[in-house]
Amino acid sequence: MAANLLAHALVEEGRHVVAIPSFGFERRGAPVAAFLRFDDAPIRRMTNIYEPDCIVCIDPTVARAVNIFDGIRENATLVQATRKPLGELNLPGQVARAGLCDAVGIALEIFRRPITNTLMLGAFARTTGLVRLESLQAALRGEGGLRDAALEQNLAALARGYEVTAVHAIERRAAA
Amino acid sequence: MSALPQARPQHVVCDGNEAAAWGVVLSRPDMVAVYPITPQTSLVEALAQFAADGVLDAEMVAAEGEHSVLSVLQGACLAGARTYTATSGPGLAFMFEPYIRTPGLRLPMVMSLVTRDTLSPQCVWGGHQDAMSVREIGWIQMYCETVQEILDTVIMAFKIAEHRDVMLPVNVCHDGNYLSFGVCRVDLPESSGVDAFLGQPDTNWHVALDPDRPMGVDPLTGGGGGPGPALFARYRKGQCRGMQNALGVIEDVHRGFRARFGRGHAPLIEEYRLDDAEYAIVTIGSMTGAAKDAVDEARRLGQRAGLIKVKTYRPFPLQAMAQAIAKVKAVGVVDRSVSFGWNCGPLHQDVLGTLATLPQRVAAVSFIGGLAGADLTPAHFARALQTTAQALAGAPPLAPVWLNEDDR
Repeated sequence: MAANLLAHALVEEGRHVVAIPSFGFERRGAPVAAFLRFDDAPIRRMTNIYEPDCIVCIDPTVARAVNIFDGIRENATLVQATRKPLGELNLPGQVARAGLCDAVGIALEIFRRPITNTLMLGAFARTTGLVRLESLQAALRGEGGLRDAALEQNLAALARGYEVTAVHAIERRAAA
Repeated sequence: MSALPQARPQHVVCDGNEAAAWGVVLSRPDMVAVYPITPQTSLVEALAQFAADGVLDAEMVAAEGEHSVLSVLQGACLAGARTYTATSGPGLAFMFEPYIRTPGLRLPMVMSLVTRDTLSPQCVWGGHQDAMSVREIGWIQMYCETVQEILDTVIMAFKIAEHRDVMLPVNVCHDGNYLSFGVCRVDLPESSGVDAFLGQPDTNWHVALDPDRPMGVDPLTGGGGGPGPALFARYRKGQCRGMQNALGVIEDVHRGFRARFGRGHAPLIEEYRLDDAEYAIVTIGSMTGAAKDAVDEARRLGQRAGLIKVKTYRPFPLQAMAQAIAKVKAVGVVDRSVSFGWNCGPLHQDVLGTLATLPQRVAAVSFIGGLAGADLTPAHFARALQTTAQALAGAPPLAPVWLNEDDR
């Protein structure tokens, strides 16, 4: 859902986008991944992404099941749902910028459930500056399939994610 | 999926399943019958939402299974309706009895086939095995490369199917996963333009369920004596003629679409960087984008690589394929399915058949990849290109090369 909304927002900003979700059997709680490319030029390849520039991890526990940093590029950006401070995260050296957001804690306030998608979209916008918050809000209003209280909750979550995300620039360690 | 737009938007951002549903909306079928099956399910959901919102003005039948889906539509089509359905893998298997009958009835239906690998092993992911398993049933098969092409081809499919020189059902195939769920910007053609492009439904002038002109539909035909054998042969020849006529009609319809809507797609075969190529890979479906990127990279490194993409697979565009292959000295054919009888990919077999019509010798290698949702990346195609280039000099491998065999 988050990748889909981000795709809408980026298209409205004039980008070419391909977003591809990847999942197994239909069941709740299984790890899922979605891959999104955007460019100013048309994108031909309809493939997954193996060397991401940016990783958005919307579940603080998923790293127990998969290595979310697999294939990460140099000078990468991480947008992470966590209540931990930067120093307690064991980040690989390629991560040059990290946006941290206690998305689960805020989601429990807003939704009474740990639904972190829109919160982390706000966190992504704040951390990367690659998409405007207004574009995400417009996408949520127009394309999210949400209305009334659910729409208001998600708009609030988007704004909160944007507000509270702490962005850290990480100094490169000396090359080995 | 998108909420009901007050005014129809000029573009949407959606996946291939929703793009197909938009193509259905714009084609104004009289009846849609569907049963959900992964990875086609969200296409059904989109149609149901469009019908509920009044965006899709068609009678929508939620049948109890795929066998009934197609049986319902056969009746509707014989009564003059423009009809649409969509299915995938196991749904297609359950539909098989009415499916195999539809081309012989010369019913111009359109069905999206959201391609999926077949069981077993148990899997829910994309692959062409379902579509390839029915390639000789008599349905026209077109394979889409992009999400935009899905929408455009669904519309064109009605015009092709209903053409009086064709009168055959069309499968618009789009790859499960990478196209069914891949989200892109999609431009919507003007509704009135599509109306003018397609014209009125024309489905039962030849055979009809119609109280005003009663006729026996599909009486027993054939047998070992009397007029039966000749009559049966005549019907079969007519079907073959319709298939062959479809090649020209598909080209005309694609040309007409481009002229009217300002964008287009290769109708039968697309040649990519082929004119000065020494060797080429042959692709089909959504894998083609990554393959084109790999060809560009090979060119950048000084290789004379090219690509041949198959859009229309049935009827097989023999002449267009022969012209394309004649430009190179080696081809590597990448199939997303398996021909168990020939130990190669099915498209590879068609290429071998094409080679028999050429005076010169062209080396051919069979690659199999992208099964059960496996990804085919530019790196896989770089390997396919390299292996094909090696076939220029030496003997090509006789067994297929399995592209995902070493993926981890």
